Amino acid sequence: MSGVRVLVGTRKGAFILTSDGQRQRWDVSGPLFGGWEIYHLKGSPVDPNRLYASQSSGWFGQVIQRSNDGGQTWAPMSNQFAYAGVTGTHQWYDGKPHPWEFKRVWHLEPSLTDPDLVYAGAEDAALFRTADGAQSWQELAGLRGHGSGSRWQPGAGGMCLHTILLDPSGSGRIFVAISAAGAFRSDDAGLTWRPINRGLRSEYIPEPTAEVGHCVHRIAMHRSRPQVLFMQKHWDVMRSDDAGESWREISGNLPSDFGFPIEVHAHEPDTIYVVPIKSDSEHYPPEGKLRVYRSRTGGNEWEALTAGLPQRDCYVNVLRDATAVDALDPCGIYFGTTGGQVYASADAGDRWTPIVQNFPAVVSIEVQMLP
Amino acid sequence: MIRVALPAPLRALAGLTGETAVAVAAPVTLEAVLEAVEAAHPMLRGTIRDPATGARRALVRFFAAGADFSHASPRALMPASVAAGREPLLIVGAIAGG
Repeated sequence: MSGVRVLVGTRKGAFILTSDGQRQRWDVSGPLFGGWEIYHLKGSPVDPNRLYASQSSGWFGQVIQRSNDGGQTWAPMSNQFAYAGVTGTHQWYDGKPHPWEFKRVWHLEPSLTDPDLVYAGAEDAALFRTADGAQSWQELAGLRGHGSGSRWQPGAGGMCLHTILLDPSGSGRIFVAISAAGAFRSDDAGLTWRPINRGLRSEYIPEPTAEVGHCVHRIAMHRSRPQVLFMQKHWDVMRSDDAGESWREISGNLPSDFGFPIEVHAHEPDTIYVVPIKSDSEHYPPEGKLRVYRSRTGGNEWEALTAGLPQRDCYVNVLRDATAVDALDPCGIYFGTTGGQVYASADAGDRWTPIVQNFPAVVSIEVQMLP
Repeated sequence: MIRVALPAPLRALAGLTGETAVAVAAPVTLEAVLEAVEAAHPMLRGTIRDPATGARRALVRFFAAGADFSHASPRALMPASVAAGREPLLIVGAIAGG
């Protein structure tokens, strides 16, 4: 590997940051799609030149963009996301039935083996799939239709399917997470689904241990150990050792167990990262200190990583899709803030440097390894 | 040809630097013009009208010959000056969001 490409989605456009393996000097290009919200960009693991971007606007709706040349040129693809069959209803904030309405794509997850196959997580929560490089999209309707969909309810940020994890073993297993419904698993490539929320406890819902209704913010896995999942819930950091069949809390000594992203080290399956946030109403770091917390024991024991990060008067947030790791050794880790900074660490979090400091609010970060 | 002026974000999306012009057979209705624009620039499908219902997106507005057509029937006829190509149908992003 000779280089790294960081794909940054912001509230007002996308940016591409590139560096060599040293990760000290960065080239910044963009903004792409200036003025549009870019919820997510991601590249194909098997073709780093194939990129997909979710571009949306409160005025003009959803656009999907595709690049075949590593982001130098882009072409709009299909933005037709139609719910399959009878659309049905979910619960609205007042508990009444509310019809599903497509709003935007939060997350794009390219297949691990086929650059034309991509999954899209939508708001209102649904999973879509393209097998032709985003020329057309079909809903994997078994998710909304498995039985609990009519009880799902939006969180403050909308009812969004924001996390898609593909089992790298080729089993066809897929995990998704939805705010505020919970985590779900398919063992047949997305045809059928079931909730996997046993062990979650959410005091802010009528039944704290309900089958669905949990505000899961993010789940993560290491590719070598796809049965082990880590979760940042609205409150609580959780772990499952049985592919989501059961969860246990691993918040341990964190200063707050509220937060949005959770990330796994590229080479150490039990090294995980979170960014604690003060509370669900105060979306900034405790004490005004921006600290990434790392556990090298798979949870419970956490250390604060602060070198190079602001340790006073810092009141930014780090959104759920705004962290990523590279595959170099030592592992690089990256995150973006709502204050427009993108921080990088080339030594697994020990020391941090801002790549940029004045972007629009960062919504998503992805990292690609360049040959 | 019917002239259509798009808002800057949609011009960029369609790769346009100015107005677009589309051929529309009489009767020149609002809906016929929008369909012609989407046919000429497929990347605009869904950005002006909801792709499922065909309804105008909430923060998009239509003006023609000084009149607001935002709430007009899709079958409303365009004014003669627009139908004759003397002035454009204006598709506008609403001033919203602060």
